[in-house]
Amino acid sequence: MPMLDDGPVLARGNGRSYGDVCLNDEGTLLTTRALDKFVLFDAEAGELVCEPGVLLSDILDLVVPKGWFLPVVPGTRLVTVGGAIANDVHGKNHHRFGTFGTNVLDFRLLRSDGTALTCSRDENAELFAATIGGLGLTGLIAEARLKLRPIASSYLEGEQFRFDTLDEFFALSEASEASHEYTAAWIDCLAEGDRLGRGHFMRANHAADGGLDPAARSLPLAVPLTPPLSLVNRASLRVFNTLYYERQRAHEVSRRWHFDPYLFPLDSIANWNRLYGPKGFLQYQCVVPGNEARAASAELLKEISRSGQGSPLVVFKMFGDVASPGLLSFPMKGATLALDFPLLGERTFELLDRLDAIVRQAGGRLYPAKDARMSAEMFEKGYPALDRFMKQIDPVFGSGFQRRVMGRAR
Amino acid sequence: MTRIVIFGATSAIAQAAARQWAAAGGARFVLVGRNETALGDIAADLVARGAEEATTKPADLAALDALGGLCAEAEEALGGIDIALIAHGVLPDQAEVTASADALLTNLGVNALSPAALMVELGRIMKRQGHGNLVVISSVAGDRGRPSNWAYGGAKAMLSVMGEGMGLELDSAGVNVLVVKPGFVDTPMTADFPKGPLWASADQVAGSIVRAVRRKRGGVLYAPGWWRWIMLVVAFAPGFLVKRL
Repeated sequence: MPMLDDGPVLARGNGRSYGDVCLNDEGTLLTTRALDKFVLFDAEAGELVCEPGVLLSDILDLVVPKGWFLPVVPGTRLVTVGGAIANDVHGKNHHRFGTFGTNVLDFRLLRSDGTALTCSRDENAELFAATIGGLGLTGLIAEARLKLRPIASSYLEGEQFRFDTLDEFFALSEASEASHEYTAAWIDCLAEGDRLGRGHFMRANHAADGGLDPAARSLPLAVPLTPPLSLVNRASLRVFNTLYYERQRAHEVSRRWHFDPYLFPLDSIANWNRLYGPKGFLQYQCVVPGNEARAASAELLKEISRSGQGSPLVVFKMFGDVASPGLLSFPMKGATLALDFPLLGERTFELLDRLDAIVRQAGGRLYPAKDARMSAEMFEKGYPALDRFMKQIDPVFGSGFQRRVMGRAR
Repeated sequence: MTRIVIFGATSAIAQAAARQWAAAGGARFVLVGRNETALGDIAADLVARGAEEATTKPADLAALDALGGLCAEAEEALGGIDIALIAHGVLPDQAEVTASADALLTNLGVNALSPAALMVELGRIMKRQGHGNLVVISSVAGDRGRPSNWAYGGAKAMLSVMGEGMGLELDSAGVNVLVVKPGFVDTPMTADFPKGPLWASADQVAGSIVRAVRRKRGGVLYAPGWWRWIMLVVAFAPGFLVKRL
């Protein structure tokens, strides 16, 4: 691996993280998008070997027509394999398949000392565990071998219906865990009082028929330019959320989707981030563990609705207990809440600090891939394997995130 | 089954086109280029994407004497050639070729003489077969001489004129000669250039090529297509304006 003299290096894929895990302002970025070759696709065994700059989108285009699928996909298909491993991304089926890293068989890791190490659960296991969810700090992944899962169709079947209370959400999640692979909910983050936590529940399974079309992509819509002010504000949010909530029928409606719009709804609107105006937004995703999940979620939602901040984009779901090998893997059994906050200055940061306090009290943590502002203390409290992880960091690698929250031991 | 030989197979545009041909199914490739490791990686990639076969022939295409033999080997390995893509080229350092005629001739060897020799050899093979698509990557830079890159443009001008003429000659023999003139393309060759709205990706250019070959098109292909209109204007622009381009 070529080494440079000017500061720390960091691999960067498609730049879809929401914070500074993919930034390296004091050093050099190794952009991996040109490392986009497949090495091997075994359509019998369902295994794929590829370079780190391959997009999940490219993988699906290749494997879906042959009856295979990625076991875990995040909410966008426009991320690289390297990024998916480094952030140990998850999807709506966490309770079945765990994280992206759970389904990585092995990878070859280039270190700054010139070595190329094969890492798996059996070989260089500690480095394997550190690299999954390791935010790119353990070296450069040269190629990775992924396990695929068979599908009979590129369609999903399921239901979408609304629920009126947070209690209903937890009951639905519990009831759907065994019967449905993909479960997630949208929540009206402005709803208060006895409407607190109302939203829509979506659940689905891969269908048994319908063909193996790789994508149902029509012409993507695009936000052509950045409006001078955020189009997401208190007034527009209240109108949108109320209409959107009421639009969904109260009882179960069986539906069928191509996987593309179901799993990757945001990919159909290019540059959607521009809706938040020139100041942009902060993403916030936390998880609160099992027994605290209900009480802590209610507190979080109360805090958010009281503030009037938030966005129409809210995802709420239950993680299962499938363990990831990753030392810094984000998911844990419990409830996870993800949403955007248009940046309104200090009061947005103050709100997020209040949310942090609730998460910490409940023994939860925040997702580094979506963070741009958590404190070092918040990070350390949330990730008990941090000391083990620090021993595996490549001395030449670093990132904005690492300097911000892991600075102490370097 | 489609039998495809690519010269300069590690070039970004060639790789992108090869991927699209591989994904369409039934493609067999012979890949020619300098970097043996990179060729091997590309061959594996194409097979993973659906190619029936991809073999590699490491060769320095600046060695003009070997080109006839390479074409014959490719023809034999594939049992005929349906598509030949000539994609190699080097962006010369303009200061260097201005300062030294030797440097200029070396560059013309790679950018003009080598593709020209291949066009003749492949044209002969395809004429004998009675069919084939001969694709050569030229450039909009060959349409007008610009102060900053006349050496590169000069070589491409030769390929454009040769290709256009050969196409007219071989048309009746069932051979389609396609002269591709990409505009600004974001590839490793142009990694150091600042990019603007006129820039296209290698994928877009490859898409134009693959579409044109599927339709058995010959003649000149601007890629993306709107470069045709830009170059129409540039063709009539007076020298004092071209000087500022």
